[in-house]
Amino acid sequence: MSVSSVAVSRKKSSRKSVPRLRLGLSHELCRLMYQKMLYSRILEERLIKIYRAGDGYFWIGGPGEEGFGVPLGLLVRKGQGVSYDYLHLHYRCTPTLVAMGMPMIDSIRLMMNRSTDPCTGGRNFSNHYCFPQWNVLPVTSPIEVQYVMALGTAHVQKRAQSPGITIVTGGDAGTAEGDFASCLVWSSRKGQELPILITVQNNRWGISTAYEGQHGEDCIADRARAFNIKASVIDGNDPIESYRVIKEMMEYVRQKGKPAFIEAFVSRLYGHSSASGANYVTNEECPVRRFEELLLRVGVIKEQECNQWRKEYEEEGFQAQQKVRQEPVPSGESIWNHIYADQQHPDWRRF
Amino acid sequence: MANMAQAIRMALHYAEENYQLHDVFGQDVGAPLGGVFTATQGIQCAWNSPLDERGIIGMAIGIGMAGKRCVAEIQFADYIFNTMDLLKLAGNMYWASHGQYSIPIVVMTPVGAGIRGSIYHSHSFDSWASRLPGWKIVLPSNPLDAYGLLLSSILDPNPVLFLPPKALMRVKGKELIPGEPEDEKELKAMIDAPIGDRTQWKPRWPRLKEYLIPLGKGRIVKEGNRVTLVTWGRYVGICEQVIDDLIASAMIDSTDVELIDLRSIYPYDWPLIKESVKKTRKVLFVNEDTEVTNFAEHLSYRVTKELFYELWAPPQVIAGRHVPGIGLHPNLEDASVPGADEIKKVIIALIQEVP
Repeated sequence: MSVSSVAVSRKKSSRKSVPRLRLGLSHELCRLMYQKMLYSRILEERLIKIYRAGDGYFWIGGPGEEGFGVPLGLLVRKGQGVSYDYLHLHYRCTPTLVAMGMPMIDSIRLMMNRSTDPCTGGRNFSNHYCFPQWNVLPVTSPIEVQYVMALGTAHVQKRAQSPGITIVTGGDAGTAEGDFASCLVWSSRKGQELPILITVQNNRWGISTAYEGQHGEDCIADRARAFNIKASVIDGNDPIESYRVIKEMMEYVRQKGKPAFIEAFVSRLYGHSSASGANYVTNEECPVRRFEELLLRVGVIKEQECNQWRKEYEEEGFQAQQKVRQEPVPSGESIWNHIYADQQHPDWRRF
Repeated sequence: MANMAQAIRMALHYAEENYQLHDVFGQDVGAPLGGVFTATQGIQCAWNSPLDERGIIGMAIGIGMAGKRCVAEIQFADYIFNTMDLLKLAGNMYWASHGQYSIPIVVMTPVGAGIRGSIYHSHSFDSWASRLPGWKIVLPSNPLDAYGLLLSSILDPNPVLFLPPKALMRVKGKELIPGEPEDEKELKAMIDAPIGDRTQWKPRWPRLKEYLIPLGKGRIVKEGNRVTLVTWGRYVGICEQVIDDLIASAMIDSTDVELIDLRSIYPYDWPLIKESVKKTRKVLFVNEDTEVTNFAEHLSYRVTKELFYELWAPPQVIAGRHVPGIGLHPNLEDASVPGADEIKKVIIALIQEVP
């Protein structure tokens, strides 16, 4: 927990009579955030187990980003269409989807490439989510393209004077790509600003390449500031600070119709992906454990409850894997489905 | 008669009035210029973007994701290459999302040589585009087709690449666009911006009518029965002239060559090609994109495979040379793209070939 957030929150708590954690958020919200963070972590660990069991071909995900991703998901104006927030996410956003209400089994269906996978029908990697009912746009493997696609949904929302905003997330390595710069340029043009919350979850890695060797700027947020974009650098492993700053930035974007930027320092607890082993790393901070220790110390949660939740979530993941094993897989013929949105057959042999 | 730039302009105006088209954008697309070819002049919903092709295509995809139509322009196809990955994603979004997000956008970018455009204003993109599954790809060869194909492209629920030939933008048509005044001076006075200060200028649009050419359908430009010549875009006019010259010089008969304008290269009109080749038993494909893995090679392969026992001569492809660019000097450009003499020779050779 950062020193600044403690001080601010103490002032607030002295003025409020409702039960509040000393650090500024209600007990109920903190319990909810913790449960979602734990659920997300156990889900990601289940996905890794599925990979190791040979039930999935590849794993990539977001263990270590729970402290930022869960508050983000809880704060989204959730729904379908221009009036709600659009989410252009990257492939470490399981915590955000969990916070929005995604059940484990849907993530597992994606991981096990079943035809029941609601995101891609068994066509794409783990964590490549797509939920139109929540404006969660298809996650892609290129690490930068979401930053330019976000311009379009934000443009449509601006014209509609929508209460919804566009949220785009990515990693620090992806900011080297031109699309990140395009997002800053297009969203900040004077008089044509776009309602976008731009985030970078900085885990200080690009696969095996360290942040230090790739960046000359003091922090990535400085690049946003150069475009007069309101920017903040936060400890993304602190869900309370994350919640407070995301909320503030979202309100700014909604009210002003202008972009805002958050750089959140997060952990990467199982490496880049299954390609690098997906083994737990011990030299990075675990945001779930840190938050758990804090809430136990303050008395917001109890050890017994944590054990019970952990048991429930692990059981849910296990049962989901067993169930999904029995579900159908895509057929080879289905490759021709959903290429064109009209009646045109896409196979030239059928022209 | 309207030229192709005017035809595109009229189609865009019709669409902004009738198809809920709210965004036509790209570099220099809005006022005061209205596009380097003036194809977006006077369009109310046209706006200027930063000089950023990836931003333009990304913006278009995002607009499509929100369920809205748009026409995004890349000023010349030569500058579209750094967006290739985004084009690929636009083409696969509906597929990758298992039918949950279609991208109903049009990307318009002028293609081909013929304007002495040197290395970076002479590129073709048709064969590259044919390797973008999920897109539909159309090339108009005349103003009326540009009008009809663009309106169909805007209405299509899929991403469509609309590729007007650069060299045809100022070329007038032979048929009126529905609603176009017969006097071309009157049209010009109505929809062409004046030279100089345009701040107070507003177009007066003719009462345009809907005219839709289905995507994936070609047309027979000229009927014949001894050789089928399939082409698209700029080479429709060039091949028509070649045939007329051969007839005029009595080197072929007026019914020797059947000329097909494919109009769409994906999806493409296989029944039209097939029926023609079954009749003529000889086929020549002509286009100006580079020759190695040229789209016409796919068509030639298909003719060979499916009509092998009907053929009286090997299918022929004439395409641009496999060189890194088109040089500025006319000698360099002429040596790089199919020339009239080369097309004439192959037509005559095909006619003379005896199985």
